[in-house]
Amino acid sequence: MTILLATIPASLVLGGLGLAAFLWSLKRGQYRDLEGDAARILFQDDERPPADPPADRKG
Amino acid sequence: MSLAEPLPGARSGAAPGQPEWSTPGACCPTGAAAVFARTGGLARFVSDAEGGLKRLDLLVPGVHCAACIQRIEEALPKTPGLRSARVNLSLRRVSATYDPAQAEPEDVVEALSRLGYPARPFDARAMHDAERDGEGRDLLARLAVAGFAAMNVMLLSVAVWSGASDATRDLLHWVSALIALPATVFAGMPFFRSALGVLRHGHVNMDVPISLALILACGVSLFEVAESGAHAYFDAAVSLCFFLLLGRVLDHGARRHARLAAAELGGLQAHSATVVAEGGVRRVVAVEDLRPGDRIEVAAGERAPADGRVIEGASDLDRSMITGESRPEPAAQGSEIHAGVLNLSAPLLIEATATGDDTALAGIARMIQAAEGARTRYVDWALRAARLYVPIVHLAALVTFVGWLLAGIPLSDAVLIAAAVLIITCPCALGLAAPAVHAAAGGRLFRAGIFLKDGAALERLADVDVAVFDKTGTLTAGEPTLVEAPHDPALWSAARALAQVSRHPFSKALAAAAEARGLPAASATALKEVPGCGVEGEIDGRPARLGRADWCGAEAAADAGSAVWLRLGEAPPARFGFEDPLRPDAAATVAALKARGLEVRLISGDAEAAVAKAAAEAGIAHWRAVATPADKVAALEALAAEGRTVLMVGDGINDAPALAAAAASISPASAADVSRAAAGMALAGSRLNPVVVALDVARAAKARVFENFAFAALYNACAVPLAAFGFVTPLIAALAMSGSSIVVTLNALRMRRAGRAAEAAAPPATGGPA
Repeated sequence: MTILLATIPASLVLGGLGLAAFLWSLKRGQYRDLEGDAARILFQDDERPPADPPADRKG
Repeated sequence: MSLAEPLPGARSGAAPGQPEWSTPGACCPTGAAAVFARTGGLARFVSDAEGGLKRLDLLVPGVHCAACIQRIEEALPKTPGLRSARVNLSLRRVSATYDPAQAEPEDVVEALSRLGYPARPFDARAMHDAERDGEGRDLLARLAVAGFAAMNVMLLSVAVWSGASDATRDLLHWVSALIALPATVFAGMPFFRSALGVLRHGHVNMDVPISLALILACGVSLFEVAESGAHAYFDAAVSLCFFLLLGRVLDHGARRHARLAAAELGGLQAHSATVVAEGGVRRVVAVEDLRPGDRIEVAAGERAPADGRVIEGASDLDRSMITGESRPEPAAQGSEIHAGVLNLSAPLLIEATATGDDTALAGIARMIQAAEGARTRYVDWALRAARLYVPIVHLAALVTFVGWLLAGIPLSDAVLIAAAVLIITCPCALGLAAPAVHAAAGGRLFRAGIFLKDGAALERLADVDVAVFDKTGTLTAGEPTLVEAPHDPALWSAARALAQVSRHPFSKALAAAAEARGLPAASATALKEVPGCGVEGEIDGRPARLGRADWCGAEAAADAGSAVWLRLGEAPPARFGFEDPLRPDAAATVAALKARGLEVRLISGDAEAAVAKAAAEAGIAHWRAVATPADKVAALEALAAEGRTVLMVGDGINDAPALAAAAASISPASAADVSRAAAGMALAGSRLNPVVVALDVARAAKARVFENFAFAALYNACAVPLAAFGFVTPLIAALAMSGSSIVVTLNALRMRRAGRAAEAAAPPATGGPA
């Protein structure tokens, strides 16, 4: 059962990373305007030159 | 290219000063550009931003789509002196920064109003809590920690249940303890705090058994693990925290919306007023600084900032929001005017007689507050369940403990078994029963176009047996519609030419009706609006007048207030009659409410004849006219004293105290802000049928909540004996608690189907008055 000594810390660290990421995003206000974020995804940035046209992406 | 096409700039059609609530549902609002005097009135709403800039946060009720965000965020930084703008679509806020050396806060408001968005400042300090939502974020963080801990501890527990033994089991238990103990302390803090708070005052609520179960589960498990025992309840402790916090988060979300709605109050009153000093010098002052005796100029399209008397000018007043009276009233020198009354056609000079807290409007606000006090006495379903539940559970645990002691087992075993009783009866399902249903019902209502302010409003709606409607703006659309007109197209064309220059509601309705019939406006010259009388001009060389009966040379009939007359040259005047018709589905809604066992009544501030007619058309037998706001509250209180539970449906400021006093209240989309804030629910759109849907959903929600309570009771009836006789292991506790929480949540989701019948029975939506 010595494998437990490796797997338990590993699972805790991975889960802890996820938890830390969530708490960080919560603290940074990422969930303050969910409706607005849903709408903003529709915008295209006029400032930057247009990205590669999708037609160029062949096989 | 942006996805959202650039919208036409200033759109025609919106009358200057048109209040924002008069155009519900119109996409991308068209407020009128307004010029704001640099009075420093906004200074107290300004805060510091980085780089020496200043920040102004504004409430902009008109933003509601991607195009709105883009228009505002692109246009504002291009205004001189303004640096950046950020829209929060969920909260309908715009946060703008500007350079104090180059711009004033008023420039921000002005820039927004040029885009067509009326904006108003809000007191950032008052809004701080609601906006930042510290509590919600705190709960979410605790929920995340509890979820993380529950998953990990559950995994370790599965290993224990699958047969780990000896040193391995001890290791798994110790790791569980290391995760569960700090997690329970952190995630359980809201429960511990709340329990301590009520215990100090000698009461109990649901948090008392929850806290006890959490503490006992951790304490007993720690004791077991130290003794190398088999029964550790760490998984139960953290999953309890998780499920209960989930209920809290749902509940908090609903309450937060209610608080935000309440905090947005106060937009109706004018923020600044133009005071005319001796010698005609005009000065713009904040409304708070007005004093009785000030001479105030009220422009056409503005609301009066104070109570007063007209000393100069003649105009028409729209008192409907204050009195419920649907017809505009002419005002001349000596007329009384109240704060909040809309001045329709020409500037007025008034002398203030009462300002600030002494106005009739402020009196209504005080009545609202007083009425809301009565509502807080309501005890919600979850609390009622807790009051029954807590003593029974604690008694059961005590009986178990004493019983086993008397049976002669060691003290530690008796504590363990009694703790198992408390853990397994911990009101997980009860804690979720009401919030899960409220959240599901809120979502269901939202799709039907009903905004639920808080769960308690839904609970109270389920019990109503009388529905009281207001007339103007509620049963009726609140706008005049042309019902009688001459057939001669020439008259129509002349009438349209005259009507389209006026802002009077009758003129607007007449012009719209002419346009709908495709009748062009005649070419008219020398047009002039005569306040309180009508419009005159010249058409084809003939003098033309459109307006009051006596002014146009017609017999002043009894219905003088509901018609305008057109006089063309020397011909006899022609009559255009108006009515404020019922909403298309008003009668059907009243019938549907009656079919559901409700008594329907009508109480209006309008004149007797108009109310009687509306009552007859809607099929309401019980009606009352000329009721003041206080009369309305008194009528509702009288009904409540008879033991009836009242639903109030109303829109005007005059209804607001009654909306606050009624057990349940709904206000339509066109309602005044104060009324929407006072009502428990608000409708979107122009139809009344959602009232019936809301009632059905509320009744379904009540059924679901009580089913959930019944299920929780059944679960406890099975679990308590098992636990009391010592058969409960941590595995059984984990399964039972998760299982009951899931059953309760699934039952709540059945709410999605509620109210379908009422929606299907409604007549198809019509385009409203043509």
